[in-house]
Amino acid sequence: MLQKRIIICLDVRDGKTTKGIKFKGNVDIGDPVEMAAEYYNQGVDELVFYDITASSEKRGIMLDVVERVAEKIFIPFCVGGGIANASDMRAVILAGAEKVSVNSQAVKNPDIISEGAGIFGRQCIVLGMDAAKDKSMPSGYRVVINGGRTETELDALEWALKAESLGAGEIVLNSIDADGTQDGYELTITKMISEAVGIPVVASGGAGKSEHLKDVLTKGKADAALVASMVHFGGYTVNGIKEYLNNEDIPVRLT
Amino acid sequence: MIGIVDYEAGNLRSVETAMRYLGADFFISGEPEKLLTADRMIFPGVGEAKASMNVLNKTGLGTAVKDFVKTGKPVLGICLGCQIFFDHSEERDTKCLGVIPGEIKEFSSDLGLKVPHMGWNQVEHRGRHQIFNEIPENSSFYFVHSFYPMPENLEYEIGRTEYGIEFSSAACRENVAATQFHPEKSGKIGLKLLENFINWEI
Repeated sequence: MLQKRIIICLDVRDGKTTKGIKFKGNVDIGDPVEMAAEYYNQGVDELVFYDITASSEKRGIMLDVVERVAEKIFIPFCVGGGIANASDMRAVILAGAEKVSVNSQAVKNPDIISEGAGIFGRQCIVLGMDAAKDKSMPSGYRVVINGGRTETELDALEWALKAESLGAGEIVLNSIDADGTQDGYELTITKMISEAVGIPVVASGGAGKSEHLKDVLTKGKADAALVASMVHFGGYTVNGIKEYLNNEDIPVRLT
Repeated sequence: MIGIVDYEAGNLRSVETAMRYLGADFFISGEPEKLLTADRMIFPGVGEAKASMNVLNKTGLGTAVKDFVKTGKPVLGICLGCQIFFDHSEERDTKCLGVIPGEIKEFSSDLGLKVPHMGWNQVEHRGRHQIFNEIPENSSFYFVHSFYPMPENLEYEIGRTEYGIEFSSAACRENVAATQFHPEKSGKIGLKLLENFINWEI
């Protein structure tokens, strides 16, 4: 039976894992290569690295991180942040990433999805999408970009279907309303999109305890759940979360 | 010395890093003569069957791989490499190398499944093939594919996986083993399988 994946997200700035803390800005929390190795040993199924480096001249640092991660862990991982064209995609794939994620750049230029899928295969191309509750949209959710600071005209459900038709192989759906709250994933939009598309959907934003993962993987119909704070400094381990899910009869990979 | 076949089908980086991690002697080459000097061969690949067969036919690498198979030395096909060892693929009606009798079929949309089959799934052992030595029954491996192998004869099946239907996730005919999953992306269990391949005695 296909198992539900637990994916850990690492935000990387200038070669360091960082985490946005409310009212404090970003705080460095460790070395991404060491953290990746630790989570690999704990049995994580996949990793996502978001490059939040502000300046383009520092992008080389991220590629170096990707190369060093690829030498140490033997599970799939995805790299996102600042991927604007096929040559950016090629750079991280050649450095060892299995997948690349596009978000704001795909909103501005949707063709990047079809171009990437044509060259690297659709299994490589992940659409990262930030959705915010908005009653004026047909699905009730609006696509936002730039970390939620900028509204777009796109309806979340329509954008997910369009990205799939353009060749996205997976969608990481982040709820802006739930993100950072640790109160649980946004189940409504997750279920709506997961049932509408024929590609895997990864739920993101809001995880604070293991029950939240259970909810999004069952009621939310997600194929995978992304966590960050819970494991970075919430006292949870991958093994612990998976043991809980396994006891709740959710199929997970136990190592 | 292990020869890893480079035929422009996806990224060989993960196979390369796994081999280096295991301390294996290996080289990566797209030259038929060079590959024929190897003691064992890994035939990886991600991508589309037709385009890849076109490259194999044009470069002479297809013939080289078949010639290598005839030497009786161990060969491992991975993912698209696994599929290409079969007779034929439904993916754009492609004639493949015909090393393992059987067909590559597409997951039917009637099954209501998400395609590609992406993620970790369990492999049930069929027979006790050496590449599964010390790997527990029903261990999980990493899959990414939209087409699946269906050998003509189940005697070629060495691993089985369920995704809507049951299919042969690992197959072997004589010196040629093939896995639909990616051992190089399947954590410690996957590395163990690759190590078993390196030590496989026929």
